[in-house]
Amino acid sequence: MAEVYETKLPGVGVRHDFITEDGDRVGVIVHRTGRREIVVYDSEDPDACSPMLNLTAADTRIMGELLGASQVVEAVGAVQHEIDGLSIEWIPLLESSPAVGGTIEDGAYRTRTGASIVAVVRIDTTVPAPTPDYRFVAGDTAVAVGTTEGLARLRELMTG
Amino acid sequence: MVILAAGSTEVALAFIEVGAIVFGLSLLARIAGRFGMTAVPLYLVAGLAFGDGGLLQLDVSESFVALMAEIGVLLLLFALGLEYSDAELRDGLRTGWSSGIVDMLLNALPGFAMGLLLGWAPLAAVLLGGATWISSSGVVSKVLGDLGRLGFRETPAVLNLLVIEDLAMAVYLPVVAALIVGGTLLATIGSVFVALGVVTVIMVVALTFGPRISNLLAGGSDESFLLAIFGVILLVAGLAQRLEVSGAIGAFLVGLALSGSAERRASELIAPLRDLFAAVFFVFFSFQVDPGDLASVIVPAVVLVVVTTITKFGSGWYAARRVGVSRGGRIRAGATLVARGEFSIVIAALGITLADGSDLGALVACYVLATALLGPVLAKFADRLVKLAPVLSRRAPDPAAAVG
Repeated sequence: MAEVYETKLPGVGVRHDFITEDGDRVGVIVHRTGRREIVVYDSEDPDACSPMLNLTAADTRIMGELLGASQVVEAVGAVQHEIDGLSIEWIPLLESSPAVGGTIEDGAYRTRTGASIVAVVRIDTTVPAPTPDYRFVAGDTAVAVGTTEGLARLRELMTG
Repeated sequence: MVILAAGSTEVALAFIEVGAIVFGLSLLARIAGRFGMTAVPLYLVAGLAFGDGGLLQLDVSESFVALMAEIGVLLLLFALGLEYSDAELRDGLRTGWSSGIVDMLLNALPGFAMGLLLGWAPLAAVLLGGATWISSSGVVSKVLGDLGRLGFRETPAVLNLLVIEDLAMAVYLPVVAALIVGGTLLATIGSVFVALGVVTVIMVVALTFGPRISNLLAGGSDESFLLAIFGVILLVAGLAQRLEVSGAIGAFLVGLALSGSAERRASELIAPLRDLFAAVFFVFFSFQVDPGDLASVIVPAVVLVVVTTITKFGSGWYAARRVGVSRGGRIRAGATLVARGEFSIVIAALGITLADGSDLGALVACYVLATALLGPVLAKFADRLVKLAPVLSRRAPDPAAAVG
């Protein structure tokens, strides 16, 4: 990742700048008032820049979400890949799935596969860390963590 | 309650005078805003036109306007102290002291020399030196923002120089204030030391207990906070004045002491008051200047403008070169710093009671008028000059070599 340089602007705020992969130098000036300025440096005169955008504090939040959200997901994905051998899987349950109607305890899934069910997503709510007496209904999606083999076995057990 | 107890016609007259002045200033501020420039030069012109020996004279409200003007100085300095956090001041001092010294020598000496050439007392010459030394941080930071130059690489160097100049004022102002009080040589030396001692004590207290004082003041509504801040400014300034240290420096140090949320709220709440009182200060300053004196100071003023425009260019160039900025940036830095303003007027106002005070006032009024108008134009032009002449935007060879 590119290095980010910080420069203090006494009485104004602080400026951060970095060079993009395409070679442009981009700076963000954070005013003390919370206003942000995005500037792009001139390729001919590297000391000069032209202002691109002026953002209020509220604009900045929107901009941050637009620019940053996908990166956060990517970053989380990257972390998972970094833990060797550990995977995460979403297992949607249909009407016909054997797991439906039973509890987690009934299935003894962890004992049989080594994979843990860490959350259940039900339409628009999420049940994090469900207890062993949690009873599945059709439409639930179980979120499980385990080895690739363990997860494959779990999927087989739960969905048939 | 003198004003209210006086005859009603007198009160009416005072209201009309003050109202007319302030309303007139509002029109000037609007005109200045239309052209995107600071209103200070226009205030000065207005004061010259309507002051002593001018078209109109203040009658009953003079003492009231004079008090407003004094408060204007305090609020100007307070706002300036708010502008910079103590970390920025320490940082600025550590990294930029050599630029600061070059800046002082290049710009204060021409003013001082001119004062002596005009046959003034050395003290008046010292004040003139101060007036030509200090760039207007108000004009400079406005120009940088307006021209979209805050991100430029020379900008931190420019801002740093402003920080150092303002810090230098914290020493310069109390010393000259003590010198103006005067007396025997021994008494003068004594009062200079007392002044520096008081400033040091206030500064240490401000920096040590700043956060605690801020927390103490910051509680409560905007109303109570505004009253607390205003009260503290006047109290500290009054005490400093009592000890024959400039009251303005007391206000500056109060601004310095505030930090965190108290700092932000104070700058929001005080800004409208500062604008009102400071405008009155500028106009009242030039009220006291006799337009008859202008003819005799016009030549030295023009000479000083030319010389110190070049020397300011030099100090901007030096400061920018130290941080390894190319020639284009150095030219911009120099041009941006040319404007003198509020501080020069504050300094000249200190000496208005001296024997050479009226000449000093007239000269500084002309000088500030010219540089405050010229500075922003030069700053804008410098950028075009850099773009037109690609040779000028060649990279600096080696910043390390430039320092040596």
